[in-house]
Amino acid sequence: MSDRSDLLLAIADDELFLGWRNSEWTGIAPFLEEDVAFSSIAQNEIGHARALYELAARELDTTADELAFDRDADEYRCAPLVQLRRLEWARTIARHWLYETADEIRLAILKASDDSEIAGIASKIDREEAYHRMHAEMWVERLLATGEGRARFNDAVDELWPYALGVLDDALRPELRERVEERLGRKLPDAEPVPRGRHETELRQLWEEMTMVRRSAPTGARW
Amino acid sequence: MTTDEVWSALAEIPDPEIPAISLVDLGVVKSVEIEGERVRIELTPTFIGCPALERMQAEMATAVEELGGEPEIDVVLDDSWSTDRITAEGREKLRAAGFAPPSPRAAGATTLLELQRGVFRCPYCGSADTTLENIFGPTPCRSIRYCNACRQPFEQFKTL
Repeated sequence: MSDRSDLLLAIADDELFLGWRNSEWTGIAPFLEEDVAFSSIAQNEIGHARALYELAARELDTTADELAFDRDADEYRCAPLVQLRRLEWARTIARHWLYETADEIRLAILKASDDSEIAGIASKIDREEAYHRMHAEMWVERLLATGEGRARFNDAVDELWPYALGVLDDALRPELRERVEERLGRKLPDAEPVPRGRHETELRQLWEEMTMVRRSAPTGARW
Repeated sequence: MTTDEVWSALAEIPDPEIPAISLVDLGVVKSVEIEGERVRIELTPTFIGCPALERMQAEMATAVEELGGEPEIDVVLDDSWSTDRITAEGREKLRAAGFAPPSPRAAGATTLLELQRGVFRCPYCGSADTTLENIFGPTPCRSIRYCNACRQPFEQFKTL
């Protein structure tokens, strides 16, 4: 597999898994606006995954659906940050904000790529992600505004910080640290990044759920 | 069959999610080329995950077949669509249907401050005294705002 399809799959897997995790709030978010927001964000992320899988599929002579659902659980390249299942609001917001911040840094590099297909899709994705970032920022502002919100949010960021570092390559991690520390107004501890390629137990659970229909109807389900 | 005829046929297809405007008004038709019987149309999607995309493709293909052509609808995944591609006529149709049209991109990407404090006019009464209720709405392309003057919630097309 080329470096190009390896990169496309890593990002597509991030977006697919995060989209799936975000969709777990559909119907049970703390209030209706967030039900709508997280469902929309999930839809966007899964759309991004599809577009990236399609680019990779052309090169690998397969289809987006096969890449999304027919690989073995061990073959996914998503960062551990998006594998975690944390149905708790402060952690959901912390992951959302950390991921979007890391993703913005990654997309800025891809938008400047000399590969016009990658630059084009990255630029289109980034314009949608801008709204996710605004949504995340609104929540960071809200949580940091009260004592309890601040305490819960800071705990969540501390727990997820080593995972957030793992979303990016070595070279881009200092930029992430700078942005996150600046927004929080405090230093974050030196942490060993939880690297891409490591599989949390939740990955297999999510994979089981996500691929259930494909595995039960291998020749294709008809509705 | 001429390209003008194809464009006219496409201008009759309503957007699946906001039928008040056509696919041409929405700006998703990037190009139309004819070579003999073959009609190649480039479709540039609004939001990447838009579930209406397949339906748009199918309806464009049907429109071409009705003109006697062989359709080839290519979805381009570049950055060519933006809300600036919505035609002037399309913007007015949106407003008349109760959707506030997007602000132009000229001023650069929208910021959170602009969404919260910016001037967004109510499509019903025209008042600029409106507040952001939710960045997200019934489809990815819309936000929800509330008009303090006529006390009516309304959908605002996101600037993209």
